[in-house]
Order: sequence, then C-alpha cells, then structure tokens
Amino acid sequence: MDALDLARWQFGVTTVYHFLFVPLTIGLGVFVAGLQTAWHRTGKEHYLRLTKFFGKLFLINFAMGVVTGIVQEFQFGMNWSEYSTFVGDVFGAPLALEALLAFFMESTFLGLWIFGWDRLPKRVHLACIWAAAIGSNLSAYFILAANAWMKHPVGYEVVDGRARMTDLWAVLTNSTALAQVPHVIGAAFIVAGGFVLAVSGYWLLRTKADMWRGAARAALVMTALAGVVVAGSGDVSGKLAHEQQPMKLAAAEGLERDTAGAGFTVVPGVEIPKLLSFLSAGDFDATVQGTEDLQRRYEERFGPGDYRPDPVVVFWSYRVMIGFGLATVGLSVLGLWLTRRRRDLPPWLARLFVLALPLPLLAVTAGWLLSEIGRQPWTVTGELLTAASVSPGVSLTEVAVSLTIFTLLYGGLAVAEAVLLTRHVRKGPEESEPAPAAEKLEPSLMY
Amino acid sequence: MIDLWFGIIAFLWTGYFVLEGFDFGVGLLAPFVSRDGDEQRQSLQTIGPVWDGNEVWLITAVGAMFAAFPAWYAGVFSAFYVPVVLVLVGLIMRGVGLEWRGKVTNPVWCDLGIVVGSALPAFLWGAVFANLVLGSALAAVVGGLFTLALCVLHGAVFLALRTDGPVRRRARVAALASGAVTLPLAAVALSGLAFGGGATGTATGTALDARSIPALAAMAALAAAVALIWRRREGWAFAATATAIALTSASVFAELRVAPLDGLTLAEAASGPYTMTMLTWIGLIALPFVLLYQGWTYWVFRKRVSLVH
Repeated sequence: MDALDLARWQFGVTTVYHFLFVPLTIGLGVFVAGLQTAWHRTGKEHYLRLTKFFGKLFLINFAMGVVTGIVQEFQFGMNWSEYSTFVGDVFGAPLALEALLAFFMESTFLGLWIFGWDRLPKRVHLACIWAAAIGSNLSAYFILAANAWMKHPVGYEVVDGRARMTDLWAVLTNSTALAQVPHVIGAAFIVAGGFVLAVSGYWLLRTKADMWRGAARAALVMTALAGVVVAGSGDVSGKLAHEQQPMKLAAAEGLERDTAGAGFTVVPGVEIPKLLSFLSAGDFDATVQGTEDLQRRYEERFGPGDYRPDPVVVFWSYRVMIGFGLATVGLSVLGLWLTRRRRDLPPWLARLFVLALPLPLLAVTAGWLLSEIGRQPWTVTGELLTAASVSPGVSLTEVAVSLTIFTLLYGGLAVAEAVLLTRHVRKGPEESEPAPAAEKLEPSLMY
Repeated sequence: MIDLWFGIIAFLWTGYFVLEGFDFGVGLLAPFVSRDGDEQRQSLQTIGPVWDGNEVWLITAVGAMFAAFPAWYAGVFSAFYVPVVLVLVGLIMRGVGLEWRGKVTNPVWCDLGIVVGSALPAFLWGAVFANLVLGSALAAVVGGLFTLALCVLHGAVFLALRTDGPVRRRARVAALASGAVTLPLAAVALSGLAFGGGATGTATGTALDARSIPALAAMAALAAAVALIWRRREGWAFAATATAIALTSASVFAELRVAPLDGLTLAEAASGPYTMTMLTWIGLIALPFVLLYQGWTYWVFRKRVSLVH
C-alpha cells in the first residue's frame, strides 16, 4: 500500500459518494420545477404542496451534492498534481466554464428560489427554479466533457511534456462526451424518477389521495422516457468504446482474444452468439479485440507494462449497471401499463416502487466503476498513466489522514441525510397553508 | 495574457474573500449575538440566500487557476495538503449545517457545524496565503488569526447592516470588540505583508515599494471601519471592511505575482495562449451576467431582516 493506492481509493470513495447525490439534484430539480410549473398553470393546490414537499427533499440532498463537489475540484491539485500539470491547459477549461456558466447560475437562483417565495413575482420565482435546474444540468455537461477527454483525448497536442489545447470546440463536442452526456443525465432522471416512485409508493400504501397517484404517474413517465435515452446513448457509447477504448470493452465482456462474430456474455455461461460484434460495430461478423491481444499490441506501442484494467470489477459492474438500470426502467413501463386509462395502482406495485430507490443508484455507481476503472491504467488514455499522475510531494501519511477524515465525515453525513430524508418523507407534505403571515410560510425551506 | 489571467484570478479570490468573509463572520457570530432560536434564524437569514452563490467565487477562482496556471494550481494545493483538507472539512460542515438546520428537530449539531465550519476556512485561508507569501510558520499563525478576526469584524458589520432589533445592537458591540482585536493583528500582519513580502528573495526586502501601498491602505480602511461603526454608519463601515479585505487580498496577490510558489514562476505555470484567449472571450461575455444576477439577488433581499412574531 503506498500513497498512490490511497490517493486512488480517496478519489474513488469521494467521487462515487458525490455521485450518489448529484443525479438526484439533476433529475429532482427538473421534477420540482415541473411541479411548480403545473401549479402555476393550473392553480391546483396539490401541485403547490408537492412542489414544497419534493422541494424540501431536493434541498436536503442538494446540500450534500454541493459540499462533496467542492472536494472534487481541489482533489485534482492536492492528490494528482502531476496529472493536473499535464492536463490543466485542456481539462481545466471545462472546469472553469462549469463554475462560471453553471454553478453561479445554479446556486444563485436556488438561493432566490428558497428565500424568494413571497419576495418575487410568481412568474419570476418559477423562472428561478428552472434556472437552477438548468444550471445543474449544464454543470453535468461540462464535467462530462472534461471526463470524456480523459478517455478519448481530442483537440490538443503535447508540447514539452504537457497537453496544450488546440481546439476548444473539439473538446466540447468530443464524440465521447456527446454520447456520455445524455447517458449520464438520462441515468440521473431515472434515479430521480425512482426516488419519486419510492416516496409516492410509500404514501400510496397509506392514503388514497389522488396527488400521489399523479406524482407516481409523472415519475413513471419520466423514468421510462429517460430509459429510452439511456439505452440509446449507451448503445452509441458502446460503439465508440469499440473504436476508442477497445480494452475497456474487451474487459467488460471478458473477451481475451480478438474474435470475429463475438458473442455477448449475459452472465458467465450464458452467451448470445454474435451479439457483441453487432452491438460494437453494427455487423454480426465484425472483429472485436480481446484483452490479451490488445495487451500485446499496447506493449509494442507503449512499452512494457500491464494495460489491462481489473477484469472482475469491470466485467461485473457492466452487468450490474445494465441489469439494475433495466430493472428500474422495466418497473416504470410495467407501472405505466398497469395504471393506464385511470386504472388504480395495485398495492403490490406501490410496494415494489421502494426498489426503485436503491436499484438505479447501484446502477449509476456501477456505471462509473465500469467507466473509470475500465480506463485504467491510464488517467489520459494513451498519454498519461495513473501511476505517473499522483502528487509526488504528498506522503502516505497525509493521504491516509485525509482518506480517514473524508470517509468518517462522509459516512456520518450519509447516515444523517438518510435519517433526515426518511423523517421528511414520513411527515409528508404540509397541509394547505393559511394565506397571511407571509414570512412564516416557508420555515422549513429556509433556515 | 499571463498578467490578465493572474489579474482575473486575483479578482476572483478577492471577490471570494470579500463575500464569503462576511458569511464566515455571520456564521461564527450567529450563536453569540442571538438570544434564542428566532434571533439565530434572523441572523443566519442575512446570508441565507447568498452564501452558496458567494462560495462559487472560490470554485471559479480555483477552476480558473487550474485552467490558466495548471502547475501553480497543482503546486499550491498539493503543498498545502493538510490545511486544504481542513478547509474542505470546514466548508462541508458549514454548508450542510446551513442547509439542514431548518429541517432538523434540534439544530445544535448544525449550529456547531456552522461555527466550526466558518472558523476553519476563515483562519486557514489566511494561514495558507501568509505562508505562501512570507514563508514562515509564525507568519501563517498571525495571518490566520488576522483573517479570522477580520472575517468576524466584517460579518459583525454586515449583521449590523442587515438586521434590526436586538441582534443589530449586539452585532454593533461585536463589531467594536472584534475591531479592537483586529486592529493590532492587522498592524502586525499587514506591516509584515508590506515590508516582508517576497520570502523567496525576489522582492525588495524591508524597503517600502509600490506593492506595499495596498497593505497600508488596508490598515487605514480598517481603522476607518471601526470609527464608522462606532458612529453607527453601518453601510459605510461595511464598505470600509470590504475595502480592507480587498486591499489585503490585492497586496497578497501583488506579492504572488512575483513569487507564486517556491521554485515556480507564473510563466512556467501558465497554459498556452490559445486556452487563455478562448477563456478570456467566454469570461468577458459571461462574467457581466453573473455579476448582474448576483447583484440583483442582493437587491431583492435588500430589506433588513426582522424578527417575525
């Protein structure tokens, strides 16, 4: 165990943890904005109650996304100074743009939304939640453009041992990013849809109130639509991986040798013939490269070393991602079918909705493990190895201390967040509020 | 181009210190100027709508450092590893505390998080930058104490400006008390900055030079702030503390321009001209909008925060 291993663990722990909250921020923000729009359009009281109810849950979660996100921006410099120095010219730009174009908008307008219920005209107040939600989604685009560059670097040249950007547009329209953005944002909407389903399911078992059926229906539609986007963009990502990151694709499939007409392994022992070739290249007889043959070619190209990512993690995370993601989307399609034309939602289905909370969270986590562990041993594919990216001046002790601090703090906060969310879900929406005492209307949204 | 981007980064950090400075101060003071839960809410509501947006100044400053001077960004944050970890811990505790305190049954843990989470960065940013400029542990401690006191003063003046009733009265007392602590610390820290800058041997040593002026002016602004709060001119006092922070920051960055980090010059740390040009254009277009809507937020919440009965 050396400083490099711990730095990797720290990055893994803090990033995976960060992304438990981010998808909910991205998807739930839009959902809340949609609810408030529905209230604005129809004037129906229950939309307002739902807006505030889910708005409160959104804010509890939003706080965690923000504070764990700050760590990420510093961590590149703290633990990965060699990486940062090498890539900053290219990689730093989307990060700076993210802060300038997305974070300012998100946090400023969210502040206006939380405290502005009785200060702003209704229409402006509605625009604030939309601006905040758009900011969240925009930030996802920039960070994914940066991330995509690590896997498929474009628009740069290496001068004096550092990457120099030559084309910002190429970086921002990297094919890898354009496939990844809808994939990740779509997944975020599935997470948020699953969250709303779980909450609505809980309440549907306790009350006949029509508003929960409405919330569940809206979440079902959102999840199912997002499922289409995620599947489509996932297919494109797979084809791009075939060209750009063949090692990741081979490891995800456990394919050791270059194979023409390669089959798709569902689980070990169950294989659909030729499907992998078709999914990768649109041709049932195409050749898909295997890990061992790639290893040999990479050694010729990059010199001695092991260029294969961890086969077990990559193989299984791929299956968990697809399996759990599909299960959630399948549940939403089933729900839509069973509740069609104002049919009642059966209680067993409401009970099943509870699963829609953990399943997509596990799926997105697995997706990131596949994506980033599958990129190893590189931080920038073909350019910089992870082992050469770490901060040379940061000691094992320092990383051990920070890893311990972050793990303990994050663990404690996870428990606190879970307790807090559960309590507010159980409490349910506030009853219709009296008109006067405007300042006292929003105690729970404010401080 | 290097100077332009160094200037932009200095501006972003300065904006961060001026804006988050009072957030930290209010966070630290809230339990002490409030007698009950309602007053505490009143105190914290002065920063409620704005603190998160203020914090984005830090995110943008650091992002701009990463993009424009990668080696500087990487060098500074890996060199000051442990203090930066503690800053992050502070920002986490404070952020969660602020967002959650209205949603828990007993906010005592949140309040503790807000106080500790405000104190840590208020002290540590001063310590890190003092060490960066003056290069000694003593300078770090004095610098940290100075920025901690400065944030408390700045926050107290802000509270006095933005509240009414008993909290406003107590905030004024707190401002005077913290002013009494800040001024001597300022005398030591700012004269250290004015005369001792450039620990790496590139600056002029003990002689006064152009780069000393902002530090001395900051001292004057601080003295003016205390006098103004004594005379109950809260708006002007706030302008004075804000100016003092901005001048201190300007003085620090004037030193860093020459010696950004041991063994590193800005030119070596810089990104290529292409990246800087692209970012300049985008920044020029976007920044006015950011300033506009953030300014509008302050306008929307310009009314003094009162107790609700």
